[in-house]
Amino acid sequence: MDSALIPKGARRCPFPVFATGIAVVSVVLLWGVFAMVLCWLKGLNQTNMNDYYGFALWIWADLAVIAIGGGAFFTGLLKYVFGIDELKNIINLAVVIGFICYSSALLILAIDIGQPLRGWFIFWHANVHSMLTEVAFCLSLYFSVLTIEFIPLILENRQLDKVPFFHNLSHNMHGVMAVFAATGAFLSCFHQGSLGGVAGVLYGRPFAYREGLLVWPWTFFLFTWSAAAYGPCFTLTVCKMFEGITRKKLVKDNVIHLLAKISGWMITTYIIAKIIDTIYWAGVTAPEMGFSLMDFYSDNAFYGIWILFAEIVLGGIVPAVFLTVKRFRENKKLLLVAIILGTLGVCLNRWVMVLQVMAVPVMSFDTWALYIPSWQEVATTILPVAYGVILISLAYRYLPMFPQEQELYDSK
Amino acid sequence: MFPFCFEWVWDAGHYLFFGGMWYTISILGLGMTFCLLKTIVDTLNGKGAGHGDDHH
Amino acid sequence: MTQDNHGKAHKYGMVIDLDKCTGCGSCMVACMSENNVPFKENETDKKDSITWMKVFKLTNGKPFPDIDTCYLPRPCMHCGGKGDHGHSPCISVCPATATDYGYDTGIVSQIYTRCFGCRYCMGACPYHARYFNWWDPKWPDGMEEYLSPDVSPRMRGVVEKCSFCYHRYQEARDRAYHEERRDHIEEGEYQTACTQACPAGAITFGDLNNPEHEVYKLVKPDPHNCGRPREPKAFRLLERLQTNPKVYYISEREWVRKAGDNYRKGEWGKEIKVSHGKGH
Repeated sequence: MDSALIPKGARRCPFPVFATGIAVVSVVLLWGVFAMVLCWLKGLNQTNMNDYYGFALWIWADLAVIAIGGGAFFTGLLKYVFGIDELKNIINLAVVIGFICYSSALLILAIDIGQPLRGWFIFWHANVHSMLTEVAFCLSLYFSVLTIEFIPLILENRQLDKVPFFHNLSHNMHGVMAVFAATGAFLSCFHQGSLGGVAGVLYGRPFAYREGLLVWPWTFFLFTWSAAAYGPCFTLTVCKMFEGITRKKLVKDNVIHLLAKISGWMITTYIIAKIIDTIYWAGVTAPEMGFSLMDFYSDNAFYGIWILFAEIVLGGIVPAVFLTVKRFRENKKLLLVAIILGTLGVCLNRWVMVLQVMAVPVMSFDTWALYIPSWQEVATTILPVAYGVILISLAYRYLPMFPQEQELYDSK
Repeated sequence: MFPFCFEWVWDAGHYLFFGGMWYTISILGLGMTFCLLKTIVDTLNGKGAGHGDDHH
Repeated sequence: MTQDNHGKAHKYGMVIDLDKCTGCGSCMVACMSENNVPFKENETDKKDSITWMKVFKLTNGKPFPDIDTCYLPRPCMHCGGKGDHGHSPCISVCPATATDYGYDTGIVSQIYTRCFGCRYCMGACPYHARYFNWWDPKWPDGMEEYLSPDVSPRMRGVVEKCSFCYHRYQEARDRAYHEERRDHIEEGEYQTACTQACPAGAITFGDLNNPEHEVYKLVKPDPHNCGRPREPKAFRLLERLQTNPKVYYISEREWVRKAGDNYRKGEWGKEIKVSHGKGH
């Protein structure tokens, strides 16, 4: 039915099967859209946020998707700027994931603000000293870079490619892609960092506050580094998911192992920096404000010291070891464990740096603020996942997302 | 965002921040303009015509 | 207008004597009615009720008969921020310049029509002094008649907070100009609603830069130390975070003064160095 649109030679499931799958996910998507519309029309009273807990579950989702979408800028940097050519076989996937993650992040921000129609004030009346301003500018600009990176792939669709203008445009955009990729990497460094800065500058919140370099707290650098380190883990996880679902090999092992190795070394260096940061914060920064480490992890029903252990050991040291040691990395199961743990690890870090920050009491007579999101929040947080599944499925079906697919199929 | 917004101040923060922003927008804008112009020229010169699997 | 907080400009602040406060809540009521704070249909969940002035209840945690209670009214602290340069925790983070520091008054403002409701300032404030309008503002039938024409009501989706009754300052300033006193405002001419409503006289309001004013005499702010009180019985909430509030508390009771900040084991009673450096 849609075979004319499918890349030449590629094997895809029958259209009715595909359409049924998309329809099922669309139901979830519509549920999310309904919740989103409720938030816009009725206001943020649809959530369970309150004046003690002003950041919702979806703000965590926002930070998490940006972190795991970091594979796009980092893989782009490695391929176009550092010239690691093998990565051309996975860059399309990284770009599509990045596009989905960043468009989701922007959508979440649009739902999150109390006066969505005034969203443009952040640009027009920008306060250049606010980390959130830096986030908004770099995020929007980097999203335009991702769109520019995504366009040539769309134009490579079998039917679009027949149009000379589109064919030439795609070719020409590839020609200058290094410039766009470098700009994207520059922007990403700043917006990933400024997202870290959002928490790190809060000197009224001892759990979040970090000292730093010039105007940037250490979390600024840690966030950039962790996004570059863990982003590829998510790219690889999605790749493995595709291979599992389609029961096809889509990317050659040498490419997977190369990206896994780079990610492993990045995680290793990141986690060393993170451990040093944690020790300095627990030993110097927080005590100066009158807090001991365990003040942040006790007297409440949820946040125990386990969360620090899970973030640093399970989400940091374990994937770092598995991905750097060749023997482990080339073991299919351990590789899978490592990339999944890595993805979860960075998501947990973002959770801690947003939601735990809000939960920890600061005044001595205050109490922990624990909060359970409303269904509207859960639905709007799942909305980007459903949207992502649909978009990436369409991209896989109709665009040449995996350049090695044909070759791997023929060699089977 | 612009000097005519009343909170605008001519200081280092604004130079750096908005300098970076306009610089980046310029790169993206000029890059895309170049691509589009070159594509128009290429297409008018007949490049890419006859491309596509149906014509092979 | 000087771009720091140490000059000749006014520096309005508040001193609350916690040993006088009975926890009656008059300050909260006066504040709500003065500043057109809307009601919720159901006010049982206090975590999303708007209370610019909020009275906290503190206890010393001891069993009867040694138990002791203290009521602590908490308005916006109008922080001077690190180094007392006006970079309060909330102002520096607001992405849309919707909250600003008045270098002529020391008052932290909130521009409702500029705020787009990101709530970053609420996350930044350790005192929970900032409130979000989760609902459209509503008043019981007929109560709209009682709204103050001097204070703009706020729309859904924006953040609001105590303004030290700024409209009263504007009125006093206008009168002073009219009477050709330039900006010489008498102590009694500008007082907040909560100050005037407190039946126990626990709240004192005035210019911390003016040695003639009662607030100055009560706490003797140290201008070379970001306004830290030199009066030993006075303290500020969370002094160690270097937010440099302009609200001071006084209590004879040691446990109350200790509750004003966080101390690790064995720290209380020792001289704790709070570096009031330049900050960011």
